[in-house]
Amino acid sequence: MGVKMQGHHHLVAVSLNEQQLGIKRKYTSYIPRRNQSKYLALWIIAFGFVAMNVYKCIDAGHQERIEEGLVSMCDQRARMLQDRFRVSVNHVHALAVLVSTFHYYKNPSVIDQETFAEYTARTAFERPLLSGVAYAQRVMNSEREEFEKQHEGIIRTMAKEPSPHRDEYAPVIFAQETVSYLHLLDMMSGEEDRENILRARATGKAVLTSPFKLLGSNHLGVVLTFPVYKSKLPPKVSVRERIEATAGYLGGAFDVESLVENLLGQLAENQEIVVKVYDVTNPSNPLITYGRQTQEGDLSHTRVSMLDFGDPYRKHQMTCRYLRKAPISWTAFTTASLGYVIVLLAGYMFYTGAIHIVQVEDDFDTMQQLKVRAEAADVAKSQFLATVSHEIRTPMNGILGMLALLLDTELSSTQRDYAQTAQACGRALITLINEVLDRAKIEAGKLELESVPFDLRSILDDVLSLFSEKSRHKGIELAVLVSDKVPRIVMGDPGRFRQVITNLVGNSVKFTEHGHIFVQVHHAEHSEADAKSETFMNGISEGRAISRFRTLSGREAADDRNSWDTFKHLVGEDEYPFRAATAEKVDLLVSVEDTGIGIPIHAQELVFMPFMQADSSTSRHYGGTGIGLSISKCLVELMGGRISFVSRPKIGSTFFFTVAFNRSEKSTVSDLKKSLYEDLPNAFTGLKVTVVDSKPVRAAVTRYHLQRLGMVVKIVNSIQMAISMRFMLVLLFSLPSTLVELQQDRNERQPDLLLVEKDTWLSNEDTGNIRLSDHRPIGHTSNSPKMILLATNITSPEFDKAKATGFSDTVIMKPLRASMVAACLQQVLETGNQAKQGRLMAKGSLYLRSVLSGKKILVVDDNRVNRRVAAGALKKFGATVECADSGKTALALLHLPHTFDACFMDIQMPEMDGFEVTRRVRMMESNANQEPMSETMTIEGSAFTRTGEWHLPILAMTADVIHATFDECRKSGMDGYVSKPFEEETLYQAVAKFFESNPPSDRSFKTTTSKNGEP
Amino acid sequence: MDQNHMKKQINSARNSLFQQGYLDEQFIQLEDLQDDANPNFVEEIVTLFYSDSTRLIRNIETALDNYPLDFCKLDDYMHQFKGSSSSIGAKKVKDECSQFQECCKARNTEGCIGIFRQVKHEHATLKRKLETYFQVSPSNSLENRHTLQRNTQLCAAD
Repeated sequence: MGVKMQGHHHLVAVSLNEQQLGIKRKYTSYIPRRNQSKYLALWIIAFGFVAMNVYKCIDAGHQERIEEGLVSMCDQRARMLQDRFRVSVNHVHALAVLVSTFHYYKNPSVIDQETFAEYTARTAFERPLLSGVAYAQRVMNSEREEFEKQHEGIIRTMAKEPSPHRDEYAPVIFAQETVSYLHLLDMMSGEEDRENILRARATGKAVLTSPFKLLGSNHLGVVLTFPVYKSKLPPKVSVRERIEATAGYLGGAFDVESLVENLLGQLAENQEIVVKVYDVTNPSNPLITYGRQTQEGDLSHTRVSMLDFGDPYRKHQMTCRYLRKAPISWTAFTTASLGYVIVLLAGYMFYTGAIHIVQVEDDFDTMQQLKVRAEAADVAKSQFLATVSHEIRTPMNGILGMLALLLDTELSSTQRDYAQTAQACGRALITLINEVLDRAKIEAGKLELESVPFDLRSILDDVLSLFSEKSRHKGIELAVLVSDKVPRIVMGDPGRFRQVITNLVGNSVKFTEHGHIFVQVHHAEHSEADAKSETFMNGISEGRAISRFRTLSGREAADDRNSWDTFKHLVGEDEYPFRAATAEKVDLLVSVEDTGIGIPIHAQELVFMPFMQADSSTSRHYGGTGIGLSISKCLVELMGGRISFVSRPKIGSTFFFTVAFNRSEKSTVSDLKKSLYEDLPNAFTGLKVTVVDSKPVRAAVTRYHLQRLGMVVKIVNSIQMAISMRFMLVLLFSLPSTLVELQQDRNERQPDLLLVEKDTWLSNEDTGNIRLSDHRPIGHTSNSPKMILLATNITSPEFDKAKATGFSDTVIMKPLRASMVAACLQQVLETGNQAKQGRLMAKGSLYLRSVLSGKKILVVDDNRVNRRVAAGALKKFGATVECADSGKTALALLHLPHTFDACFMDIQMPEMDGFEVTRRVRMMESNANQEPMSETMTIEGSAFTRTGEWHLPILAMTADVIHATFDECRKSGMDGYVSKPFEEETLYQAVAKFFESNPPSDRSFKTTTSKNGEP
Repeated sequence: MDQNHMKKQINSARNSLFQQGYLDEQFIQLEDLQDDANPNFVEEIVTLFYSDSTRLIRNIETALDNYPLDFCKLDDYMHQFKGSSSSIGAKKVKDECSQFQECCKARNTEGCIGIFRQVKHEHATLKRKLETYFQVSPSNSLENRHTLQRNTQLCAAD
């Protein structure tokens, strides 16, 4: 059974394996899938029969043993009975011999009735079975009278009446005393006796009657008769001679019942069996000799033993039965029933097992179906995302387009900043939409990181600008600081880096109501060294609890690593040799510190789980899905870093992550994408600035931004100090005679600008301001420093007061960004305003016009309207446009040599789609490039590169924004894509790629150099 | 005064087209492309669109008569229709086209027929509105156009 069960398990395992290999429902199940209960019933019945057979087998042996016992007992009894009987018969024989010897051979007879009676009485112990013996003489009818006379009586019949006349008689002459009533009774008058006598004298042997009721008792008995002959007979003698020689008959009555009773009584186990003795001389009508006529005892076992009482004519048999039924064989019964029970249990096990397996299989099937459905849902989700992002993109493009138009108009610096911010936000939103698409990729592990050079600082400025409006609105300080030791350009994935930062800062902004958010980027090695030396603690240290926290905003932060004491090490002068300069990798530690609500201790473990927020009320209060941090974690890990955080509820959180970028080669700086690398104006290089700020961390941030603009920064922590410095200078150099000479000296020492933090200014209002304004007339207005206020937010009375105090009209609003600071300073200094305009215009339609004018561009689209619109748009920027309405026409036009500078290609076209056309064009080009130079190269204005290779820039026009489409574009050899319908910004971005090495001012060179394909 | 009144009228006609969602910013871009070199650019494009779309509608009608529907073909036609519509900035028509394509993907015959009716309706409405608009609008007046553009920007900003 064990083997059987193992077999089952094995089969199950196999079938499961097959399923796991993806064979759907094709496995052959070795288990009945339904009607298990029927199989169980069948099992029970079948093994019921088996059990019964087992029982019978064992029981048969048992019965055999019982039978054997019966046989031996029966045979024993039969033999004993037979022996006893024989003994008695022999005695009767001996009596017969006695009678013949002493009655007939002696003359006169020596035996009379008395002698016989005495002798028989005294020898009766020899014949316990015989109730009595008697001798009857043969008397012929002729001799009757003589005989009656001699014996003084008449011959009587059995009915004790005088005998009628017969041929012969057999009257009893000698009788044992027990049967003396037989005297002179004619034995031949009784039916059985007569028959006996006739048979006895014919055979000369002892004969027996059939059983009958003996006279004088109720017992059944038989009569034994011996013939007595007158003379000794020779061994061979005929029956007739025998009859002639017969003198008389000796008879005895056997009381068979008592005989058997007596005999059985002597034996053990007498009580167990029922014995019957039958006379079966006539087989059809057995006469019972002993035992009751009714059947009794156990009928199942019967033993018949033949009895030989010495009379060949009479046949007797002994039948033995057990009195009680043989007891059931317990061994057989228990064996069979226990076996059956075991089999039943096994059957039940199989049954439940089968049900379980079937259930598991069904569940498995259900799971698979659900899995298929889930996968389908996942696909649907991706499609949904693609559709939705497309739908969002379209209006966003509208917004961006409008903003671009707005930026082309005359704007004040604030307006321009707002518009630029809006545009940046819009771009970020579109980026985010793409990121949502990428989330699927992250989950599938298919995300690949770019490795392009980018400017870390401008990315951070961008991120900051996204949140500047919000932080201003909330009144929180938002600041970014990148350590000087971090290289300007690094190689990595700017998009992903930006995504992580955006997410962390976005979270901080969301959860912070007061205080500050501070983003820092340091070299990982430096900060680690500091962390070690600082014995950093997460608890509140005693000293800090009392004093004001020396953080950015003066509020306590979760991680005290950013407080000034440690901070100054990080941003301090180059006390570390720049040892990482030669290393390939740049390990950066980025921290985003906020003073928000913090993360509850219990939720801290769940922070990086997708869709987990601290509790459900969080999403109600603050919105969001909680997916951002999990994406950030994935991204950081992809970039080879780790992310962690320190958070104290109600105090704030600080998120850290490390990231490993490659050091960028200096030469690749020029290849930076325009969008990733924003040139800061260098008009301010060498300008001296004094920053007045009582908070050292904040001052460091200000200094960082100003230093990026190339300014020389000095920090003082109060206005008084600034004034005292100036005052001394003014005192020293106010003598008119030395004025000119000293002027130059002063230029070196006196700041050109004085940036004053609003808080510091307000706290010093009473003392500082008055004196500051007092001094103004003394100084030379043209040369005295411009005073600019730095503020997170400012009310109009404050603004008025600031103006009155002598600050310039422009207030630099935080968060600080280098470009924004530059814009403000430009406005204040009124220098380089035109240059700035030019720079901004370059990004707009002017730039496009400069790039596209005079170019010959092929537009391929099967849709007339689209074609016309695209052509119109390109014409507007001065390009010469030719159109093709199908891929084939385009191919014909693009047959080398041709004079097109670029091609805009629709993707979805009948007959031949854009991919196919591009592939063919590229094939033609590569064929042509392999051929030796021919006269085709002399053609003016062709898409011939300087290196002598054909490469026509082909841009896909598509309404799809799915990345897959973009990938396919790349694969088929396209250089980029623009979304359809045309939008100035995207067109600019796409075109800029090809012509950006061609600055707009170099218009004279353009016709020759603009044919540069992509590097 | 009269000119002012007319300007106002044109303005309101135009604004209503945007506000009611018949047109989107693409139309503005089209107008942007119109200059002295191309004084009737918008009208030209719109005319082109109508001749094109009328042909496409006829094609689609023929395709819809054949049963069972050839969804691939329908999708193809509708893609072209949608492309044209989005090029001129016919927002409502384009939206209906998108829905039609969804139905095609789902192989929903009744949906296709129902939505096509709507496509035709929107198409006809827009045609009527644009015709009126072009009748009143002296589109060759550059000055006028600039004014219009300003107003549109304000609208879009709203």
